[in-house]
Amino acid sequence: MKIDFRHRQSAHCESGVSSNLLFHHGVNISEALAFGIGAGLFFAYLPFIKINDLPLTTFRCEVGGILKGVCRKLGAGLHSRRFRNPEEGMAALDRLLESGIAVGCRTGAYWLPYFPSAYRFHFNMHNLIVYGKEGDDYLISDPVFPEPQVCSARNLMKARFAKGALAPKGTMYYLTRVPGEIDLGRPIRKGIKKVCSRMLKTPLPMVGVRGIRFLAGRLEKWPERLGKPKTTLYLGQLVRMQEELGTGGAGFRFMYAAFLQEAASILNDNRLDDLSRKMTQAGDGWRKFAFIGARQCKGRATETDSFGAMAEILRDCAEKETAIYRELQAIVKNSD
Amino acid sequence: MKISEVPQERGINPENVHEVCYAVDESGRYVLSDSAGWEPKNIVNEQAWEIVKAQVQAVLEQIRAGKLSPLAFHMAKNQMNTGLLSRYAGFSHWRVKRHLRPAVFRRLKPDVLRRYADVFEITVEQLLKAPDNANDCFREIRL
Repeated sequence: MKIDFRHRQSAHCESGVSSNLLFHHGVNISEALAFGIGAGLFFAYLPFIKINDLPLTTFRCEVGGILKGVCRKLGAGLHSRRFRNPEEGMAALDRLLESGIAVGCRTGAYWLPYFPSAYRFHFNMHNLIVYGKEGDDYLISDPVFPEPQVCSARNLMKARFAKGALAPKGTMYYLTRVPGEIDLGRPIRKGIKKVCSRMLKTPLPMVGVRGIRFLAGRLEKWPERLGKPKTTLYLGQLVRMQEELGTGGAGFRFMYAAFLQEAASILNDNRLDDLSRKMTQAGDGWRKFAFIGARQCKGRATETDSFGAMAEILRDCAEKETAIYRELQAIVKNSD
Repeated sequence: MKISEVPQERGINPENVHEVCYAVDESGRYVLSDSAGWEPKNIVNEQAWEIVKAQVQAVLEQIRAGKLSPLAFHMAKNQMNTGLLSRYAGFSHWRVKRHLRPAVFRRLKPDVLRRYADVFEITVEQLLKAPDNANDCFREIRL
């Protein structure tokens, strides 16, 4: 059985799944809008949480937060559940598909056979939509791939019940209702507000724009504190988190700039257009950082590529972003 | 980033795979634009694989020295540690650790071996063997 589902490739899995699921139910919002309304933009450098012995840096909010946020703000009903028993989880998926419902699933990336082998790491925060089943194969709309994919029941079960950090535990979700008429103005403003307060006001030094400055300070000292081999690993991991399959470039900064541009025309406010351009510049700064960072990893760094210079780029990004969030805050402040 | 600046530096992406990223067109509008890859990303991904490969190589040497069983190789190749493997196989942590000892591994019952083989998606015969060189098992990843 196969549900009529339109697959659209997107830059990031969770915002892509959100946008495609809503589109399937007649709500036409782009990936960037879903990302912005769901308040996906974030920054945190958490050196005490280690992934493969390397510190965690994140450029997005917690897993599931975008989808939950966008549904709540738009007034769409989202039903989500997880399972203890894998067979039960697969049977529940089949029942939903039988009744014609497209279902989102959180999975690990490691067991999905259509992933190129170079991307097969134990990464448990992937999202995809199942829109049908033919024989023993599931039809999958995986938003980061250009075309729809096929996955055997065995592999999908393994992916949905992947183990390890942030195990998905068979999490699956679907929309139960969508509002007939949608006014995007209020959700957009609320989404912006949330990002601004998270980035400016979180009272922790490793989070938000303070976190970017904190990282800059730490990064400067890596070569002497960690020694060369470990510094290279730390830096490589940081660049991967920022640019790896799924951010749309520059740790989601470009995607957020695209959101601000769309918001400008929806809210009819050209100040947002201007801020979109500024966010693009901040993103360009992040890209420059990744470029030099990777050169550093490869041992091709030039005189001017010192860690001090890289820290300066980060501080510059932090400064640019601070100005953007302050202005955004002023724009959305006096609305509801 | 302008559309003309969207990198097309194919590295680890296979021929038929491209990513999309956000870039601005001539009139300043954001559009989704295809990218085959970007050199800095290729470098750091390559680095991540080099780490895995080095771990596998170290394990292979210990297997040759008779200190570890072939199970250790499959575990490292699948980027697992004993904790993760024990959760996938459904054995307790200390049992998995014990199975890494060559003498214990050699005497394992077929159904225990079967369970490990199922986790790694290989046959029991494959489970009993380890290659000589780590390069052999990462051939499909173009580095």
